[in-house]
Amino acid sequence: MIALTLPAQDGGTFNPPGVNSHLPAFFTIGDFEFTKQMLLVLLSVVLISWFFIAAARKGKLVPGKLQFAGEIGYNFVRNSVAKDVIGGKDFMKYVPLLFSLFFFILVNNIYGTIPYIQLPSFSHVGGTYFLAALVYVIWIGAGFKVNGIRFLKLAVVPSGVPWYILPLVVPIEVISNFLVRPMTHSLRLFATMLAGHLIVLIAGSGIEFLIMQESVLMKGASVLVLVGSIAMYMLEALIMVLQAYVFVLLTAIYIEGAIHADSH
Amino acid sequence: MKNLMISAATAESENPLAPNWWEVLVVACGFAVLMFIVVKFVVPMFEKTYAERTEAIEGGIAKAEKAQAEATAALSEYKQQLTDARAEANRIREEARAEGARILADLKDKAAAESARITEQAQVAIAAERQAAVVSLRAEVGSLATTLAGRIVGESLNDDERSTRVVDRFLADLEDQGTSKQNAGALQ
Repeated sequence: MIALTLPAQDGGTFNPPGVNSHLPAFFTIGDFEFTKQMLLVLLSVVLISWFFIAAARKGKLVPGKLQFAGEIGYNFVRNSVAKDVIGGKDFMKYVPLLFSLFFFILVNNIYGTIPYIQLPSFSHVGGTYFLAALVYVIWIGAGFKVNGIRFLKLAVVPSGVPWYILPLVVPIEVISNFLVRPMTHSLRLFATMLAGHLIVLIAGSGIEFLIMQESVLMKGASVLVLVGSIAMYMLEALIMVLQAYVFVLLTAIYIEGAIHADSH
Repeated sequence: MKNLMISAATAESENPLAPNWWEVLVVACGFAVLMFIVVKFVVPMFEKTYAERTEAIEGGIAKAEKAQAEATAALSEYKQQLTDARAEANRIREEARAEGARILADLKDKAAAESARITEQAQVAIAAERQAAVVSLRAEVGSLATTLAGRIVGESLNDDERSTRVVDRFLADLEDQGTSKQNAGALQ
């Protein structure tokens, strides 16, 4: 995206990787290219299923180490997200969705920190569009199911607003709730993942480029880039976990807002 | 890494916001499979464990409460029994003391009555003896006096020695008679 071009010193120009840099597909069937992203997405499904089934299978009252680890993960989504945000009697219905979303996104993000894999699956926008659309359909569906057709009014007309401000407020609410919300929901995850991935890639290829230079100063500069990239790498790891949490937390908030629309 | 990449310069520029529909499909299928597994297996397994755990804990608490109640009941019962037993013991002791006192009083009464009876009997006997002695004395004193007078008269009263002898003999006789009479009285 950034057309950063260092002046030619010894070894030509530095062509930083950008959004158009893609790994070659593993194989192609007609129009279908099986890419690393797809493999990682499928792998994440296997990993999550395997881990949690192995953890939950025994179901002992006094959990072992594996079961305890699984319960920590499950409890986090069940209690800290679903129960705390949605609350009441309804939250259990949404626990499977929130749980799947959280660990699906978490594992696919964490790929970005693992050497050799080093590719967060959601640095491509397609997956996040799908997940955000799914959540969009679910919270609107839940809103209509609980509140009936009244949900349309409840969702866009905030209570306690004087009538003469409504013409101003209602369009804003419509735009923010029904148009902007799924956009931000999907793009937030995609953009952070892509940006993080690019930073790591640019740092990596930058170090490689600098090392290749003959000037000692240029070689030495690669150490600075290395130090900086490690800090960025740590920050990325944090953001990857955080974004999975944010995505699920927002999902829970949207659902809560929809099913309790009459009390907002 | 770089050599694996199709460089940005060579690839045609594309909009990063345009999705690759195949990727959307793969993510959708993957997520659907994951949801299925989670709904079908993971969540029910965890919830089952939680329910069992809750039940085990609540059951344990109920059991402990029951045991506690039983223990409290048993304790109060024992305390009650102990109090009863103490009261019983006190009662018995009191009764025994009263009984003892009563028996002692009875014995004292009896002893007093007996001693009174014995004393009375003795007094009656003494009075009777005395009466008998008086009667026999009365009967005998006359005859004795008569006998003595006869004897005195029969002897010479001038002879002092003789009179003394007579008196002595009389007294000896009298003693003999008294002894035999007493013996006779005792035999009677």
